[in-house]
Amino acid sequence: MNDIGVPAIFTAAQYKSNYKPIWCPGCGDFTVLSAVTKALAQVGLPPHEVAVVSGIGCSSRIPAYTTCYGFHGVHGRALAAGTGLKVARPDLTVLVAGGDGDGYSIGGNHFLHACRRNVDMTYIVMDNHVYGMTKGQASPTTEPDWDNKLSPGGTGIRAFHPLVIALASGANFVARGFSGDPNGCADLIAQAIRHPGFSFVEILSPCVTFRPEQREWKQHVKPSPVAPTDDAARAARRIMTDDGFNIGVLYAGNRNPYPLGAAAGRPRVPLDDIAAEFAL
Amino acid sequence: MITPPQTLDELMAQALAIERAAAERYAEFADAMDTHNNREVAQLFRTMAGYEAKHAQQIMEEMGWVETPAMPAGVWPSFEPPESVPMEEVHYLMQPWHALQLALAAEQRAEAFFAELARVATDGPLRAAALQLQEEEREHVALVQSWIAKVPPADADWANDPDPPRYTD
Repeated sequence: MNDIGVPAIFTAAQYKSNYKPIWCPGCGDFTVLSAVTKALAQVGLPPHEVAVVSGIGCSSRIPAYTTCYGFHGVHGRALAAGTGLKVARPDLTVLVAGGDGDGYSIGGNHFLHACRRNVDMTYIVMDNHVYGMTKGQASPTTEPDWDNKLSPGGTGIRAFHPLVIALASGANFVARGFSGDPNGCADLIAQAIRHPGFSFVEILSPCVTFRPEQREWKQHVKPSPVAPTDDAARAARRIMTDDGFNIGVLYAGNRNPYPLGAAAGRPRVPLDDIAAEFAL
Repeated sequence: MITPPQTLDELMAQALAIERAAAERYAEFADAMDTHNNREVAQLFRTMAGYEAKHAQQIMEEMGWVETPAMPAGVWPSFEPPESVPMEEVHYLMQPWHALQLALAAEQRAEAFFAELARVATDGPLRAAALQLQEEEREHVALVQSWIAKVPPADADWANDPDPPRYTD
C-alpha cells in the first residue's frame, strides 16, 4: 500500500537487480530467478519488504540478482539465518533459497528443524542432483548409479527424498516445480508465500554442465494428477509412490505457524540488556 | 491440447504474451552469453530480443492497448509459450549457426501454434486473425532461414574447450 491506501502494482522486472547472473547458459536457475520475481509481483510485495537468504552454491547466488534485501550466508546455514531474521523481523517476507547440497547435506539438520518449527517463511530448493559449483560431485539427491569420474559406477547410496522428509518433519506446505515451467513455478512460489507457516518448494532445475542428461527431464515432468491434500498421510503415500516428476502443490496443511512478534506472547528483551549480560 | 481463444482480444493477448516471453528469453540468453564472453552469439540473441519486443509493441499499438491485458492460465500446448527457446537448449560455446537453428525452431513452433488456433477457431473473424498471425510467423521462418544460409555451419569441434569446466577423461 502507498500513503493513500492504494495497492501498489509491481512488475517482475522491478525485483531483478542490475547484476547479471554468472550461471552457465542453459542453467535452470535462470528461470527459477524469473519465477521468483514473477511470484513476488503476483503477491504484490514491495521489494523492501522481502528478504532473500541463501547459503553457498550456484543457486545460492540468487539474492544478489534481486532488488530485495539479501543475505548470502555460510554453507548450509541459510535456514538458520532466515529463521533468525523472520523471528526478529516478522514484518518481512522471508524467502530462503539454495541447492540440494547446501540444503540437504551441509544444511540437512537445519532443514529438519525448520520444517518442525514451522516459522512462516518459504524455502526454495533448486535441485539438480549434483554439486555444480565444485565441479560435479554427487549430492544427497544424486541417483545411486550415476557414473562419473568422481564416483565411478555411482555412489551406490540411496538418494535423499526431500519432500517426504519435509512432510514428516512438519512442513506446512510442500510443492514440486520444474524450472522449464517458469510460470508454473511462479504460481507455486506465490502460493507458498501466501500459505502460513513453513513452505517448501522443491524445483527440479537441470545442471546442463555436469548433468547434461537432465535436459530430458522435460520429457518426464507432468502436472500432478490429483488435487492438493491437507492430509499428511495421504500426501506422504502419494509422494513416496510417484516417480519424482509430478509437479504442483502436493500438500497444504493447517498447522499453526510458530508465533512471532506480539502473537508470541513473550516479553521482548531489550538488546542492551542482552549485551550487558555478555559484557566482559 | 490448445485452449482456443473466444474473442479477438484473447487471441491477440496470446500473441502478445508469445512475443514478450520470446523477447525476455532472448535477452536472458544475450546477457548469459555476454557474461561468458561469447560476444557474437550474445549480439545475435540481443538482435532477436529486439525483433520480438518490436513485434510485441506492434500488437499493443494495433490493439490500442495501453496496459497489458490479462492472460488466462494454461493456454500453451507445453509449459512455455511456443516461441520461447527452452532455457536448457543453449551452450556457452554455441555458435551463430546454433543460435539461428534455435530461433528457426521457435518460429516454426509459433507458426504451428497459430495454424492450430485457426483450425479450432470458433468463428470466421477469429480464424482470419489466426491465419494472419500464422502468415506473419511463416515470414519470420523464411527470414531466419535466409539468415542461416548466410552464416557458416558450426565448426565440428565447436564444443571443445581447452579449459573445460568438466573433465571426463
